[in-house]
Amino acid sequence: MDWITTVDHKKIAILYLWAGGFFFGIGGLEAILIRIQLIKPMNTFLDAQTFNELITMHGTTMIFLGVMPVIFALMNAVIPLQIGARDVAFPFLNALGFWTFLFGGLLLNLSWVMGGAPDAGWTSYTPLSSTTYSATHGVDFYTIGLQIAGLGTLIGGINFLATIITMRAPGMSYMRMPMFAWTTFITSAIILFAFPAITVGLVLLTFDRILEANFFNPLTGGNPVLWQHIFWIFGHPEVYILILPAFGIISEVIPTFSRKRLFGYSSMVFATILIAFLGFMVWAHHMFTTGLGPVANALFSVSTMLIAVPTGIKIFNWLFTMWGGQVRFTTPNLFAVGFIPTFTMGGVTGVMLASAPADFQFHDTYFVVAHFHYVIVGGLVLGLFSGLHYWWPKMFGRMLSETLGKWTFWTFIIGFHLTFFVQHFLGLMGMQRRVFTYLPNQQFDTLNLVSTIGAGLMGVGMLIFLWNIFITSRKPADAADDPWEDGRTLEWTIPSPPPEYNFKQTPLVRGIDAFWKEKLAGHKSMTPSEPVGSIHMPSATILPFLMSVGIFIAGLGFMFSRDTFGSDVLSFLFNNYIVTALGLVITFGSMLMRSLFDDHGWHIEPEELEGR
Amino acid sequence: MTTVHAEAGKSTLPHEPEKATLEGRNKVLAFWLFLGGEAVLFGTLFATFLALRNSTNDGPSAAELFHLPLVAAATFLLLASSLTSVFAIQAMHRNKPAELRNWLIITVVLGAAFLALEIYEFSVYVRHEEFGMTTSAFSSAFYTLVGFHGAHVAFGILWIAILIGQLARKGLTVVTAPKIYVSAMYWHFIDVVWVFIFTVVYLLGKVG
Repeated sequence: MDWITTVDHKKIAILYLWAGGFFFGIGGLEAILIRIQLIKPMNTFLDAQTFNELITMHGTTMIFLGVMPVIFALMNAVIPLQIGARDVAFPFLNALGFWTFLFGGLLLNLSWVMGGAPDAGWTSYTPLSSTTYSATHGVDFYTIGLQIAGLGTLIGGINFLATIITMRAPGMSYMRMPMFAWTTFITSAIILFAFPAITVGLVLLTFDRILEANFFNPLTGGNPVLWQHIFWIFGHPEVYILILPAFGIISEVIPTFSRKRLFGYSSMVFATILIAFLGFMVWAHHMFTTGLGPVANALFSVSTMLIAVPTGIKIFNWLFTMWGGQVRFTTPNLFAVGFIPTFTMGGVTGVMLASAPADFQFHDTYFVVAHFHYVIVGGLVLGLFSGLHYWWPKMFGRMLSETLGKWTFWTFIIGFHLTFFVQHFLGLMGMQRRVFTYLPNQQFDTLNLVSTIGAGLMGVGMLIFLWNIFITSRKPADAADDPWEDGRTLEWTIPSPPPEYNFKQTPLVRGIDAFWKEKLAGHKSMTPSEPVGSIHMPSATILPFLMSVGIFIAGLGFMFSRDTFGSDVLSFLFNNYIVTALGLVITFGSMLMRSLFDDHGWHIEPEELEGR
Repeated sequence: MTTVHAEAGKSTLPHEPEKATLEGRNKVLAFWLFLGGEAVLFGTLFATFLALRNSTNDGPSAAELFHLPLVAAATFLLLASSLTSVFAIQAMHRNKPAELRNWLIITVVLGAAFLALEIYEFSVYVRHEEFGMTTSAFSSAFYTLVGFHGAHVAFGILWIAILIGQLARKGLTVVTAPKIYVSAMYWHFIDVVWVFIFTVVYLLGKVG
């Protein structure tokens, strides 16, 4: 019950982590099933329809329900601590964001047991995703589930923006903010400007499917390419929503374990902003083969290639940070160092794909699959592993086992390269993506076998990580405030795990890497910027949970509003939008409650802070 | 005695009560950000509409359909409501809760009148012109864009109505002031979107 009503950012972080981890597991199992099907030519392990559903749900689940919530988990756990705040700007909205994400994800995955999962690919290209070609409710689960989950992401993004703008500790100017706070800031800005586009796209597709509108149906004047534009004007910035937080994590971990300040801090900041800006300019490189014409293709080629410049700046800054530093290869740093070459390879194939003429060859082959897995798994997932191992003691008060961590790293990264490196060659040899099997003796056989073995090894790495979490959770919570001993930022100045109010006294920030600066000056702790006083805390509330339940019910009601059921009662309830209305009443009723009954929160008094 | 109390109450409310607390400042800031997101939302809907506005699929076209005097009347009502919400905020800054309430009520009434005209307009199209959601790509885009705006108006009416009730119960405080200020921002945003709809959908539909 405590967990359902919490508005504490640290607890919400843990909720995000478990929920995101759960969906990550589902997405991983889907990946393993896909790889088993492709282990040999003409395999009959899965049929074509199931394979379509698996690839669709693997992509959708991993992007929206797996890695994004884990990113949000780290942001929630770390950002208020790093900027010296007692909470986020809107604790209530923070909880609401989590619950809408969770219920959206649950709705999407209900499709497995309610008559067919979405099967039109994670991009849901029209007209493949129209009712003509995708007759089950699968794509409806996709549109409505993602809509609800996306709402949570947007809420989270606005919350982090407001938090970072208004709640930094005294002395923490923008150019003294830790890089992870910076990338969270920019990521949230991208979320704010990218997610409303997919909101509209999903609404249009929902209307096409449920209300028989004509947006994407060419027979009635609609335009399928319009879907691609809307999808990718969201979808390409989404790539940077995913990768920028990883950049932030790497920029925290590498300086800590090199005992050196991040090289080129201000160039890192501006590279981040530039990447975000360019990220909105390049969506059509996903659409070269739709025939946009040479001018558009050239412009989008060039702007896409430009992104390699700020990204290259970042890569070299990390290398220069390690250069001459006292590098310690702890588990977080192993993942961070492993990230650099792996992500760079993904970036290089990105430049190859950005060349429009070459893209006509690579399009829809395993080369593309290899490219984006190098970016998303080799970049983001390695970054998340690094961040999780790094901040685990701060989140839970327990150090993960270093030995098991190193086992996780080596099995995972070797498995990763085995799986995806060979897929570049499969793609260049012409193996198409999204096809459920292939003919023998096209030189695809051995490489696919290798790829599947690699996927199994990645699975083993994940299991070792889970085992590590399990045995760590049975140890006493005795991690030091600064367990890595070289912590540079504010989160390492307070106990692990932090008390509910984070900082007894808001610290005074005197430079970049505020804690390191104090350490250099010979201080053991931060100078406070205020006397010990009564701390205002928000009250726990069930309303965010109820609002999300309402939206969930309304979504299901809308989805089945045109169906005929065996029972007359059910048909009556759904066909007259009574279920939809009930859900909306729950949601708006909760909003009304929130509006009418003011909640002034409560205070922690100084005596309590001193432990008296 | 009561006047003294009222005077004392007045002096405790700061000049810009919506920005007096951190929570209030956060609300105003986050609402600006939210409106940024809303701008992208409507931008995408406008782009969709522009892409599909000539795809009439043998159904009625914009030029045949639209009746400008009706739309002009609706526009006048909505623009006027934006002005009255400005008066409401000015009354709030002068710490005149009764005046504030009255201007908010007028705003809500004008908004409701706008909405009524829009519902009437849609019903005419559906019943007499056989122009429904499923008629053509143009009709789908029209109803979605204009309907989204209408839904925003409806939400705004409900929201401000609830705030009027809250004002009656709790009075004008540093807690209620940011909510009223933010709802006024929302209302102006809706108004600006309507100006674009009037131009891009109706005027361009008639003459373009």
